[in-house]
Amino acid sequence: MAEFLINSVGFPEWLAWTVTAVVAAVLILNVIAGGALVFIWAERKIAARIQDRLGPTRTGGRFGWLQSLADGIKLIAKEDLMPEGADGMLFRLAPYVSFCASFCAFIALPFAFDFVGQRLNVGVFFVVAVLGLEVFGVILAGYASASKWSLFGAMREAAQVVSYEVPLGMCVVVPVMLAGSMDLVTIAEKQAGWVTNWYLFHDPFTFVIFWVYVTCAVASVNRAPFDLAEAESELVAGFHTEYSGLRWSYFFMAEYGSMFLVSALAAVLFMGGWNGPIPVARLVGLSEGTGDTANYFVRLLGMANLLGKATLGVLVMMWVRWTLPRLRIDQVMTTCLKYCTPIAAAMFAGAMLWQLMLPGGVAPGLSRPAGEIREGWLEGPGGRSAAARSSAVAGVLP
Amino acid sequence: MIPLAAIDWHSVFFFLFAALACGCAVAVVAAENVVRMALYLVLSLGATAGLFFLAGAEFVGAMQLMIYVGGTLVLLVFGVMLTAQAPFVSIKTAPGDRVLAGVIGAALLAVLLQSAFSVPEWRKPAAGRDGEPAATPLGMALLGTRVDEASAGAPGGVRSGYLLPFEIVSVHLLVVLVGAAYLARAKRRRTPRAIEVAASMEPPATVAAHAAVGREGSRGGSVLAGGAR
Repeated sequence: MAEFLINSVGFPEWLAWTVTAVVAAVLILNVIAGGALVFIWAERKIAARIQDRLGPTRTGGRFGWLQSLADGIKLIAKEDLMPEGADGMLFRLAPYVSFCASFCAFIALPFAFDFVGQRLNVGVFFVVAVLGLEVFGVILAGYASASKWSLFGAMREAAQVVSYEVPLGMCVVVPVMLAGSMDLVTIAEKQAGWVTNWYLFHDPFTFVIFWVYVTCAVASVNRAPFDLAEAESELVAGFHTEYSGLRWSYFFMAEYGSMFLVSALAAVLFMGGWNGPIPVARLVGLSEGTGDTANYFVRLLGMANLLGKATLGVLVMMWVRWTLPRLRIDQVMTTCLKYCTPIAAAMFAGAMLWQLMLPGGVAPGLSRPAGEIREGWLEGPGGRSAAARSSAVAGVLP
Repeated sequence: MIPLAAIDWHSVFFFLFAALACGCAVAVVAAENVVRMALYLVLSLGATAGLFFLAGAEFVGAMQLMIYVGGTLVLLVFGVMLTAQAPFVSIKTAPGDRVLAGVIGAALLAVLLQSAFSVPEWRKPAAGRDGEPAATPLGMALLGTRVDEASAGAPGGVRSGYLLPFEIVSVHLLVVLVGAAYLARAKRRRTPRAIEVAASMEPPATVAAHAAVGREGSRGGSVLAGGAR
């Protein structure tokens, strides 16, 4: 976009880059804030339907579309309270820390081939690292609130998130291994084509590890049945007991932002990213190189695909939340350490062996997916001949 | 007014992150509350990660976020768990310790300054994606193949990577993991441990806390659940 502004509109370079950065930041902010509005309304409706109720019906027409907006206005109008014994600075800072962590993770998330805030060649790693920082705001909030409920909620969340990062990391490594890259854009591009090219259906091990990822993702964003940190039957509201008004809503925006993020990450890593189940654009002859407008249309279609998949993931999380009862803290830890981690490790080893034993990664008789061909990814900045590359591979593999 | 186009934005962001890192580092020393110290430490380390990203070293930057900032998180958890009670909320450093820390810090600073000024020429990272090091050569180098070196002609040259250090570090970490699991495992037959002997000589509130720890053994998270009953 910056190049377009410089070359076609004639902006000076600094202005073009600033405008690009601001546009990207505002768009991401809108994904989080607008997404939270829609998802809170959706959660109310889904919860109501699961419990045989109607949910919001009046505000803004038949389905209560504007309920979240009304809630937002109410939250802005609320008094901003702070407990007497609270650590003022940390108490005020905590919601922003959570929100910033959630926001930063979106920077590296690609929405379509070129629709990415900043393409990092360690995208997966960055997203997982930043996502783990969200719990920081929660701990600060729990400590600074000067309330036992908050402190216990925060400590539980810290223990849970730190534990679940281990199996989550192992799950994330498998698509990275299959794609041979940590770049989220590359990983999604390698799954282009029909639905069978998705890493979810790559081999039995990736299929299993996807469900481990789902479990760990739900736990790492503290959604039910893993919402020990805000267990209302025991801890009032957990770490945000003492918060009110807009500060409280920052925590919620961060939570819904993270939910959307882990769903989008699942879509990129396992479900083809912006590549739909049927390569519609390629079938009708629209692909990269048919012109700028067509290109843009393809990317919009891709973005709709990714947003649809991520939304589906969030809706599944809501479905799970209103269906399953909450786990006890020792059950949460058992799930992580005794089930998720060993299963993830075994599946990781299995996927690795599958790659090693079956060249091309498919069972005999099937053709190799087009996205699997990785010519030239071994080439470093220096560039090397084909013979040198094959000898390099021979040096790695016994 | 200075024309905005004339500003070297790379340097501006460098100084921004550098000032943030240094300022927060000083604040860590100056603060008296453990949790605030941890917060400043995280900000300082995060700003350092920003410097790495600015230099185009994305892998190192993400690594910094993952290991150091994430590690401080655990530190913070312990800080909160150990200092939530009144007597530990504020920690004052003894003047002697300050002098000692000052001397050591100054020595390290001198070494860093010396090496910083001995660099013949400072360059900005090359513009565009081509100049940035990708993560793949790094991974290949750790596996023993340097794809960035044109030493393919020699038969031994291909293996000039870092496989051995990588393996040593991996095995070392594995040993640490196994050791931690051994230390933290639930023990069936228990004899009174040193911590309980010490606990019996402490004020009542602390005894209760230690007794809870002892009774529950080391079942994951049971200390946290204990408070909710």
